[in-house]
Amino acid sequence: MSIDIEGVSKTFGGFAALSDVSLKVPSGELVALLGPSGSGKTSLLRIIAGLETPDSGRILFNGVEATKRQVQERQVGFVFQHYALFRHMTVFENIAFGLTVKPRKERPGKKEIRDKVLTLLKLIQLEQLADRYPAQLSGGQRQRVALARALAVEPQVLLLDEPFGALDAKVRVELRRWLRRLHDEIHVTSVFVTHDQEEALEVADRIVVMNQGRIEQQGTPSEVYDRPATPFVFDFLGNVNLFQGRAHKGTVQMGGVSLSSPEHASANDAPAVGYVRSHDIAIERESTDPGSMQAQVRYLLSVGPLVRVDLTLPEGDRTIEVDLPREEADRLQLTIGEKVYARARKMRVFVDDYQI
Amino acid sequence: MSWPSGKNNVLPGFTPALGYTVFYLSLIVLIPLSALFFKTATLTWEQFVAAVSAPRVLASYRVTFGSSLAAALVNAFFGVLVAWVLVRYRFPGKKLIDALVDLPFALPTAVAGITLASIYSPNGWLGRYLEPHGIKVAFTPLGIAIAMVFIGLPFVVRTVQPVLEELDQEIEEAASCLGANRWQIFSRVIFPTMLPAILTGFALSFARAVGEYGSVIFIAGNMPMVSEITPLLIITKLEQYDYAGATAIATVMLVVSFLLLLCINVLQKWSRRFAE
Repeated sequence: MSIDIEGVSKTFGGFAALSDVSLKVPSGELVALLGPSGSGKTSLLRIIAGLETPDSGRILFNGVEATKRQVQERQVGFVFQHYALFRHMTVFENIAFGLTVKPRKERPGKKEIRDKVLTLLKLIQLEQLADRYPAQLSGGQRQRVALARALAVEPQVLLLDEPFGALDAKVRVELRRWLRRLHDEIHVTSVFVTHDQEEALEVADRIVVMNQGRIEQQGTPSEVYDRPATPFVFDFLGNVNLFQGRAHKGTVQMGGVSLSSPEHASANDAPAVGYVRSHDIAIERESTDPGSMQAQVRYLLSVGPLVRVDLTLPEGDRTIEVDLPREEADRLQLTIGEKVYARARKMRVFVDDYQI
Repeated sequence: MSWPSGKNNVLPGFTPALGYTVFYLSLIVLIPLSALFFKTATLTWEQFVAAVSAPRVLASYRVTFGSSLAAALVNAFFGVLVAWVLVRYRFPGKKLIDALVDLPFALPTAVAGITLASIYSPNGWLGRYLEPHGIKVAFTPLGIAIAMVFIGLPFVVRTVQPVLEELDQEIEEAASCLGANRWQIFSRVIFPTMLPAILTGFALSFARAVGEYGSVIFIAGNMPMVSEITPLLIITKLEQYDYAGATAIATVMLVVSFLLLLCINVLQKWSRRFAE
């Protein structure tokens, strides 16, 4: 089922949680709503579920208006960050709940319910734990039960509110890969909320980056990561270094270095900010390019696949972060205090157009 | 589990603390209760049976335990209702009502007794309207039950209230997303969560009602075989210097109360089976 969100706004006591948000979620896609806390992503999810009503705007399911529909009629599966399992029911009873509360005419028979729950238990790999109570399960197991419970009623849409937020790092990675595989099997239209960019990039078909109640950018993970539309998106996805400067008629002056930037040809001595990802900076012993900046190695951290190097730039005593591949670092054999040259392989310049 | 020894325990002073606890409990609870059994033991078995199974005594058990049970049931229902309203809704005067719930705790029981007796007596504020309809409250078991409802109400409200307050809103939202209607959410999700607290409140209210004396005797009328409660019978025996007879009845009450509380505790354990 496709979801259309048209011009939805919502305020909570003077605080604008969502302002005029429009979004299309095509049928069968797995979409991530990504943003910092307070960006309105959870409010949007709850409005889709019908747990909140928008102040203005419409929600359409499969092109049919659903704004006024009750939660119970929307056929959405909702997974909460803190699981929200019924603690007085066993795992089995939890998963069966949605089937047993159906009106008598639609309710499946005892045996059908049993078969269905057992199939779901198999899907979440918890067949042996059917008679346990939620208090006896680990966090990851509880969240899988919550997911099975939501899937039992065969929802048209699956909504997940920070589903892995309360889990520890390793379980979180396992579970999100499992969710991705699950989605590839059952293809239910899914929207999940997260503040973890890594999670969104790994799991989602499409990412919607939100900030202050608005959508900053939407696109595939590689689109938002490689071509961020706004400084916010650049900053939010991945490690980034900022260079303050000025843009004038297609060239940008930054820390004594001049760069050509044809997309800002119309800029007239406007303040500009250059964004460079930490892995897009090369470190060299000799200056090979007029864009190279002199710098001093301040700190080295060589753990994991990447070596983190902190460089101090002479102007203003600023520090930039560089991630070097391990072979590159092994070849350079940097030492702390050494003078080197840093060169931005890729820089994205944003100019404040409205300042003249 | 190993026995906690003084040496490697984080909290110091385990031995004196345990010693004090045992001493204090002995002084306050165990010694007086054992004295009750010792005094009762001065009777022969036949005398004991005769003392505790006289028709007038049996009638008083019926009145006491029957009214207490009825009062505790009424409180379990209306107490939950009061707690629900106090937790779930916002309305002017809520703080005041919340404070009123504690009044039966604080009010001297004799004051409550006199008030209830004067209101429900045949020419009292309420009694004069109930009397023509054939409803007699004062000086009947019904009046006793009303006094017991009055003194037992706070127990249920104050045990259920915190549980309702802690109830996670997400649980209800999860249930409604799964298609449950309001009644199903209440009966299948909220009520089972409240049940252990309701049972605790019921047990406390019942225990309090069984032991109640001050507020009951004014409204009871204390007619033998009809509206005489067991605690009053014990006083009567004492006034007649029949100390052994009085303690015999007291022993029976003690044992019955203990057994009832035991049953309720078992029931409670069962209703909490999920909270491990």
